[in-house]
Amino acid sequence: MKKRLFLMVSMLCLGVVSNLRAEEVILRLATTTSTYETGLLDHVFPPFEKKHNVKIHIISVGTGKAIKIAENGDVDIILVHAREAEDKFVADGYGVNRRDVMYNDFVILGPAADPAGLAGTKDAKAALAQIADGKYTFVSRGDDSGTHKKERSLWAKVKRIPAGDWYLEAGQGMSATLRMADEKSAYVMVDRATYLFSKDKLRLKLLVEGDKNLFNPYGIIPISPYKYKHAKYELAMALVAWMTSPECQQMIAEYKKMGKPLYYPNAVNPTQ
Amino acid sequence: MEYITQGFAQAFRIIVSGDAEFLGIVGVSLLVASFSTILATLTGVPVGVLVAHKHFRGRQAVLTLLNTLMSMPTVVVGLMVYSFLSRRGPLGELGFLYTRTAIVIGQWILAFPIISGLTVAVVKGLDRRIHTTALSLGADSTQGFRMFLHEARFGILAAIVAGFGRVFAEVGVSMMLGGNIKGYTRTITTAIALETSKGEFALGIALGLVLLTVALGVNVLFGLFQRRTE
Repeated sequence: MKKRLFLMVSMLCLGVVSNLRAEEVILRLATTTSTYETGLLDHVFPPFEKKHNVKIHIISVGTGKAIKIAENGDVDIILVHAREAEDKFVADGYGVNRRDVMYNDFVILGPAADPAGLAGTKDAKAALAQIADGKYTFVSRGDDSGTHKKERSLWAKVKRIPAGDWYLEAGQGMSATLRMADEKSAYVMVDRATYLFSKDKLRLKLLVEGDKNLFNPYGIIPISPYKYKHAKYELAMALVAWMTSPECQQMIAEYKKMGKPLYYPNAVNPTQ
Repeated sequence: MEYITQGFAQAFRIIVSGDAEFLGIVGVSLLVASFSTILATLTGVPVGVLVAHKHFRGRQAVLTLLNTLMSMPTVVVGLMVYSFLSRRGPLGELGFLYTRTAIVIGQWILAFPIISGLTVAVVKGLDRRIHTTALSLGADSTQGFRMFLHEARFGILAAIVAGFGRVFAEVGVSMMLGGNIKGYTRTITTAIALETSKGEFALGIALGLVLLTVALGVNVLFGLFQRRTE
């Protein structure tokens, strides 16, 4: 009896240990919540994983945190959207070989009643100024993500300090923030992909779009093999090659929700 | 209201059909929680027996420490282990962050004080005379000790079950150390957090039902073992 129990326990231990040690090569990618939650990565990664016999482990956090994790050397590559922070990441020697992958744009949503009267305006800065001046409830990511960085840069441009009862910092991912804004009938800034992806579950309405200031480009950056000895650099560069290849760019263009593309590929013809 | 009933209906469909993603997530949760509970048992029970039996300087301090750790917030454990396992940390070379191993380490730290702390209580509650009687009847000290453990077995099993219950239901350690990686470190609790944030309730409810069932099972077992001890 005891022997059998001992055998069972040791078998279980062995099974777990062997399971813990994955046979495949693993490439770790930190990315924004939006690219992951919209299902894009599950759409474009499988062909790459098959071809290179690699498993990509996706850690979905905000851009700010993704960059921090990469600076600590805890992932091999990042796919993010905050151009200034990306350039600093490369300039400081943490990352190398940044490439454009795709873009979309941010939009501002709000309750159907639209107390701030934003409907129809194209000027994102003016819209935010109106929200701040009228102290209408606004839900911010509040997590140093790409969306949050963009939002803060716009507040700074219109010289408003977002603070007070009306300004709620969610500290969560894009979908969670969007849901919070929806529950509270508040204004919110969101990337178009997440908006389109969650549209059928939202009561909020699209109010502001089409401003040049709302441009939202995504870049991919491997961590530097010079700084991190453990970096899987060649594999990371292979992923860069895949994401910027004609096949993958085509897949990105064809990834749609309700007939509308969520992202526009721009590896070959950067729009900026 | 309708979306809740719809969510439940869909959840049942997920459970009944044996949806691969659903089963995979449950499997990961069971795997890491079992492994961390085994580790915590192998370390926690001997420590508990030792602390209960031996009188040494600082024993009271150890007991206080164990009791404090029992209610340590999971995010604090997550934060501390994270800082050690990150490539920047002292154990970074191991490359454990964002693996199942990292979750197991974090959960081990969560389960250890519960298992050892409850073991202390069990052993202290036992009649010490069992040991001496056994010895006087001619048992050698190993036999006496085994006899003693035999008496304590249900109490210790209850402690193990309680430890398992704690790690199976925790979310902080799994999220921070595992990174919620699909098919690898996505556990029941981190999946529920993600699904809710996406506004998808069906899979979340299905997983929640598993969590509740396991919690129920854990409590029934715990009660059973405790009654056997009395």
